[in-house]
This record gives sequence, C-alpha cells and structure tokens, in this order.
Amino acid sequence: MEPLVKTEREQVVESTLDDNEESVSSGQLPAHIAERLAAVEQKLAELEERLPEDRVSVVVFSGDLDRVLAAFIIASGAAALGQQVSMFFTFWGLNALRRKKVTEGKELFEKLMALMSPANTHELPLSQMNFFGIGAKMLRAMMKRKQINSLEEMIALARQLGVRLVACEMSRDVMGIKDEELIEGLDIGGVATFLGDALKSRVTLFV
Amino acid sequence: MTAINFDRVLDARGLSCPLPIINARQEITTLEPGQVLKVLATDRGSVKDFQGWAKTAKNISLVSQATEVIDGKEVYVHYVQKIG
Repeated sequence: MEPLVKTEREQVVESTLDDNEESVSSGQLPAHIAERLAAVEQKLAELEERLPEDRVSVVVFSGDLDRVLAAFIIASGAAALGQQVSMFFTFWGLNALRRKKVTEGKELFEKLMALMSPANTHELPLSQMNFFGIGAKMLRAMMKRKQINSLEEMIALARQLGVRLVACEMSRDVMGIKDEELIEGLDIGGVATFLGDALKSRVTLFV
Repeated sequence: MTAINFDRVLDARGLSCPLPIINARQEITTLEPGQVLKVLATDRGSVKDFQGWAKTAKNISLVSQATEVIDGKEVYVHYVQKIG
C-alpha cells in the first residue's frame, strides 16, 4: 500500500526517474544533468583562463649594481628558455635605466635627488662593501677578468631577447626623473601593468 | 662510448652563465627539426643549466652530456636535439 505522504527523498527519486524516461525517449540529457554539466564546463573554462602562461615577471626595486645584474641574468635566462619576460622598474630600480643627469627645470628636492643618485649604470653602487664606489669598481674588474658580461651587456642582451622593460610612472614622477634621463624604448606603466603580467606568470620575483 | 652524430658545433668556452644557454638557444632556432647541436662549455653550471633547459622547453631534448679535456682544460660537452 502506498503511503499518503511521500518523503522529500522519494519525490526527488521519482522526478529523477521521470526525467530519465523523458531523456531516453527524446535522446537528450536530463535537464538537471545538462544544467549541471554546463555549470561544470563554465567553471572549467574559468579555471583554464587563470592558468599561468609561459611568463616571468620581475620587480626591480633596487638600484644596486649586484642586484640589478642578478635580475637581468635571471630575466635573460628565462627569455632564452622561451618565457615571456617583463621587468618592472620602480623607485631606485629606475636608476638602472638612466643614461644622464638632468637638473634643469627641477625643483629643489628633485635637484638634490638627481645630484645624489647614480646618473647611469656605471655609477650604480654595490649593495654590500660599496666603500664609496670602490667596491663596485672592484667587482666590475673581477667580472671582466673572469669574462662575465657587464651589466650594460646584460641589459643589451635582455632587450635583444625581447624582455619587456617597464618604467613605473608614479615613482618616476615622485623622484622627479625626466623622460629624457631614461634610456629609450621603455614601456611606461603602473601597478596594473605589473599585476596584469604577474597574474599570468609562473614566476614572479622582487629584487 | 659510441660517437654521437651532430650537425653543428657551438663553442661557448670561456662564457659564463647565462650565455651558454642563450647562445645555444639562438643557435638551435636555425637548425632543422631532428638535427643535433653540440655545445662546448667551460662553465660548470652549464651541466645543470642544460638539464633545466631540456626540462622547460618542449621543442628540444638533451641527447647526452660528457666531459672532455681539450687543450688541457676540462670542457663540458652537451648534445641538444631540436624536436619540433
């Protein structure tokens, strides 16, 4: 004898059976399964979109010779391995992209900043044992003797390999660095430029 | 040891990281699929570097690595094959 009130579970089972009968006759997936499948497919597409690309992003915050050199070695190595590489230069890192010193048309603090900052890569200090620039010169001499590429050669090599160099507009502005003080062919960007690349990267470094 | 056939030689002796890899990569782009590049390097790190490269890149495989003594200096020899 059938009970008068069906439990919720029984109702669900029955409706599922109904759906199945329907689908068997029409040759289509039951509506609730098709719906579920569509949801899973959509989720999968979303996840696939978030998979990292063959990409490496580096933030160069430091303007020290040794650190910048390490950043460029990693960047050009990654580019050689077929990765798309972006380097973002912010604050002291911008000093690695400078080619000359300009004080004209700057306000007092900006002038002081320009006078006390390295005007090009040859003036970059060492992070340790700099000793007023003697340490940096010593390291350069040691690198030359061991036939290791100089920073300038590494930068040229990285650019040749298609490494994207992005100068941070905000820190350029804060530090009063003029466009003509920086090397040519740079991209100008901000935090979204960096994050846009970093979110798609397999490796992200902060130097 | 059987000799390995190769199609071109890259002399990266005296160069240090990351140049052997960068130069090898540039050289291999000019090869045909299936051809083998022989790389001579004096950088000890290149041994692991070439293994790392082969792991990362899909279009090359590391056929063999060996050390030879050339002109009284230890040389690391890498054979890289271009696949696709």
